[in-house]
Amino acid sequence: MAAYRSIRNLDWVLLLVAVAIAGLGILQIYSATIDTAWRSAWWKQAVFLASGLLLMWITSRIDYHTLLGQAPVLYAASLALLVLTPLVGSLVWGSRRWIPVGFGFKFQPSEFVKLVLVLLIARYLAELKSDRLEGRDLWKLGLLVGIPCGLVAAQPDLGTALTYASIAVAGVFFGGIRWQHALLLGAAVIVLMPAGWFVLKDYQKARLETFLDPMKDPTGKGYQVIQSKIAVGAGGIWGRGVARGSQTQLRFLPVAHTDFIISAFAEEHGFVGILVVFGLYFLLLMQIVQNAQAAPDRAGMFICMGVCSLLLFHLLVNAGMAVGRMPVTGIPLPLMSYGGSSMLSVFMMLGLVNSVRLRRFAA
Amino acid sequence: MRYLRAEREPDSLPARTLFRDEAKFAAGKIAAFQYLIVAVFVFLALGYWDLQVLNEEFYSEKAQQNQIKSLPILAPRGKILDRDGRVIVDNHESYRLILSRENLRPAHLRPIALGLNLDPGELEAKVRRYSKQPTYFAIPLKEELSLDELAFVEAFLGPSGFPELELIKSQYRIYPKGGLAAHLVGYVGEISDSELNSPDWAHHNPGDIIGKTGVERYYNEHLTGVDGQRQVRVDNRMNTREVLGIKEAVPGRDLRLTIDLDLQVVAELAMENRRGAVVALDPRSGEVLALVSHPSFDPNRFSSRITAREYASLVQDPYRPLFNRALQAQLAPGSTFKPIMALAALESGAIDDDFTVHCSGGATWYGRFFKCHRRGGHGTVNLKTAIAQSCDVFFYAVGNRLGIDTIAHYAELMGLGNRTGIDLPGEKEGVVPSTRWKIRTQREKWYAGETISVAIGQGALTVTPLQLAHAIGGLAMGGVFMRPHVVRPEKPEPPVRKADFNPDNVRKVVDGMCAVVNGWGTASASRIPGIEMCGKTGTAQLASNDLLRLKNSSDWHDNAWFVGFAPPENPEIVVAVLWENGEHGDMAAPIARDVIKAHFDKKQRMERLGRQPASLASAWLQPPDPARSAR
Repeated sequence: MAAYRSIRNLDWVLLLVAVAIAGLGILQIYSATIDTAWRSAWWKQAVFLASGLLLMWITSRIDYHTLLGQAPVLYAASLALLVLTPLVGSLVWGSRRWIPVGFGFKFQPSEFVKLVLVLLIARYLAELKSDRLEGRDLWKLGLLVGIPCGLVAAQPDLGTALTYASIAVAGVFFGGIRWQHALLLGAAVIVLMPAGWFVLKDYQKARLETFLDPMKDPTGKGYQVIQSKIAVGAGGIWGRGVARGSQTQLRFLPVAHTDFIISAFAEEHGFVGILVVFGLYFLLLMQIVQNAQAAPDRAGMFICMGVCSLLLFHLLVNAGMAVGRMPVTGIPLPLMSYGGSSMLSVFMMLGLVNSVRLRRFAA
Repeated sequence: MRYLRAEREPDSLPARTLFRDEAKFAAGKIAAFQYLIVAVFVFLALGYWDLQVLNEEFYSEKAQQNQIKSLPILAPRGKILDRDGRVIVDNHESYRLILSRENLRPAHLRPIALGLNLDPGELEAKVRRYSKQPTYFAIPLKEELSLDELAFVEAFLGPSGFPELELIKSQYRIYPKGGLAAHLVGYVGEISDSELNSPDWAHHNPGDIIGKTGVERYYNEHLTGVDGQRQVRVDNRMNTREVLGIKEAVPGRDLRLTIDLDLQVVAELAMENRRGAVVALDPRSGEVLALVSHPSFDPNRFSSRITAREYASLVQDPYRPLFNRALQAQLAPGSTFKPIMALAALESGAIDDDFTVHCSGGATWYGRFFKCHRRGGHGTVNLKTAIAQSCDVFFYAVGNRLGIDTIAHYAELMGLGNRTGIDLPGEKEGVVPSTRWKIRTQREKWYAGETISVAIGQGALTVTPLQLAHAIGGLAMGGVFMRPHVVRPEKPEPPVRKADFNPDNVRKVVDGMCAVVNGWGTASASRIPGIEMCGKTGTAQLASNDLLRLKNSSDWHDNAWFVGFAPPENPEIVVAVLWENGEHGDMAAPIARDVIKAHFDKKQRMERLGRQPASLASAWLQPPDPARSAR
């Protein structure tokens, strides 16, 4: 048994692709932060990458069934952390998402909650042992995901709350939602959307308005999107070259090493660079899908597809927002955006995928 | 815990087989999901294709516009000098703060306004006014920043501050202290909305500094330089990263006035804090030697920092300090009109040398009694005595003989009733009444009785101090009228009017005016030893509508006038003085005397020293203040 769980049996394609993406990210972080207060971010990110790889290996060693067994405990701990975050969190750009952990590092619990939700949903759906979801299953799942969603949205961090929802949506899709229920839920979302408008914070409304019409306030709320589009467009086919994009280097592009790193990358590496990155992400996602197909059981499949759909959602929203095709939300581009919590949580998810993979011949 | 159990019991095959088999149950959905992944990538790639391949040029240009900025290098205005080259208006360097609308965040307006002691509402209104202009037009926020304002701006230019603020080194006007020559030189200010819409300022942009009044306005084009430009690469905080090119500013040209600063100072001092005006001309050329209007104001307040409240208090001041009385006060000239009447009578042949009138303190004309200013009367007076002692009865008779239209003809020949054409803005033309004038303006015929009032410079007749100096100067020159000017024209100008007065007639009138000062006349107290000054006093009643407007008791008093020149033949200087509510013309005479005396004293000293004597004016001129400019 030990043989097929050796390090050779890890998904090396997945691993190499992930490291390649993270490497491009580090390069771009370096280029985007020359001569700024963030100039040390690139090697911190390299440390995060190394730690991520270590965490991934550790996670892959743990049998995912063990983790599934601990899912309720992890879930309770997550809720406790999310409740704690606003109380002790540090205020950055108007929201409390981070808990300081010393040495200047800050820990963002909401990133790791994604992992727990992937496990929790996988366990719930696997335990059903049914190909069809009943109405009460939807209610229970809605409640389980809704609580952390609400807590995160209150930080306020609507983007991350939506990523939680994306895990749940993917879960019920693969778990076998009835099409009647799907229609009903879709209708409910459409009906509740206008009501949700009143729940949104002003800046969130502004972001949506800006998404619909960026020129409405080009120097204020529309600034980020406009500058991002200029950066992407100015990159052209071949790009401006490393550390030579004027939008990035002259700081017209906001947060070029975190949320808008793809715009900075697009400016400096052009459409060709973008195709390379998209190709890598495509490989990454397909590799995860392949592991899902080869999973030894339902739970493993749900874990892999949960991770896959989560990453896909991140990619869609982040890369779409950089070209004005998605509203601006503060969710990072997995593996590329600067940030330790995001990097570690993504590698732990890849660790889960590998944990499933290593046990595919469990019989 | 079931999962653990499943793991530890490899022989419970049925359950585990169930799980393994079930892993494939969603194969169709996973396949569908793969199509979703492909769709997402296609969607994203199309987004990037659209921007990077289809619209690369558009966005490259935008990126270029982001980083290349043209910052203005403001050209200093030309200095204003007096006739001897002494600086009246200088410049100093300071900072102006502008608001870049390209980087403007509306939420920043309030803190910026508070930090700079501006009214937030006013600032917001200003930003709204600019909304129709292209965004690269920046808004001038504040001029001549004080040290604490500068500290505020510098603190917030940094990363966490206001990216919309830009500091620009700029030149500011320094005007003489205490309002010296304020009406003459005027002041500069930011172009207003109404000026922007007028054709006079068609080539100007919002935020331009232009001359608002006086010489600053009339010679704005001459004084204004051509702003330069600095093309720079900037970052998002407008920090200059690289200078790409510089087009130097061309400074405005200096402007030399005909004003003699020494005479200007003497005239200002002589006026003390009376209300009125002094105009000194060289009648031979029309050069203005001094031009004073009191009360005055401090143009330095206007150069930049004037607040709306301060401006309102100047505008609403009942004594109207912004009003340039020298060119704009249209008042009855009173007896200073008599020399013009006398010459008109002699020239038209209405009277001859033997013409005399008996003055018994008044006379009845057209059923109304007109009194003389001397209650006991002057007895029998001839022309010379009538001028010297300002006998009203004599001129009633003269006026009656001339008739209003002849009076009007000669008054207009002397330049009354028309603008003199001085090179200063806002000049008024006054009124010379005539039968045609009355029909045109009031649709009524002229009554002969009205002529009697006009004969002594009352009634509908009004003149400005400048017109009076121009008229009497031209009269004393024997009918050669030069256009008054404060800047010497490039080519010598011919006279604006030339009247072929009989020199004998002119001499008779001038003799009478000499007697006013040097004989037994009304201004004999203002005689200058060694200088033969001629002149004429005037005491003019206020028009009745003026009476209604004014409340203070002293404001009811008559206006005092004096117009004098020297020497009697080919005069070098003519001075007209208006002292509002000064009661009697002989009170105004000493002011003219001081100016004329200063003129000849200076001339004598220059002849004696062979060089320019020390200036009286230095006390009024502000040296460029190191505390204000050395920042």
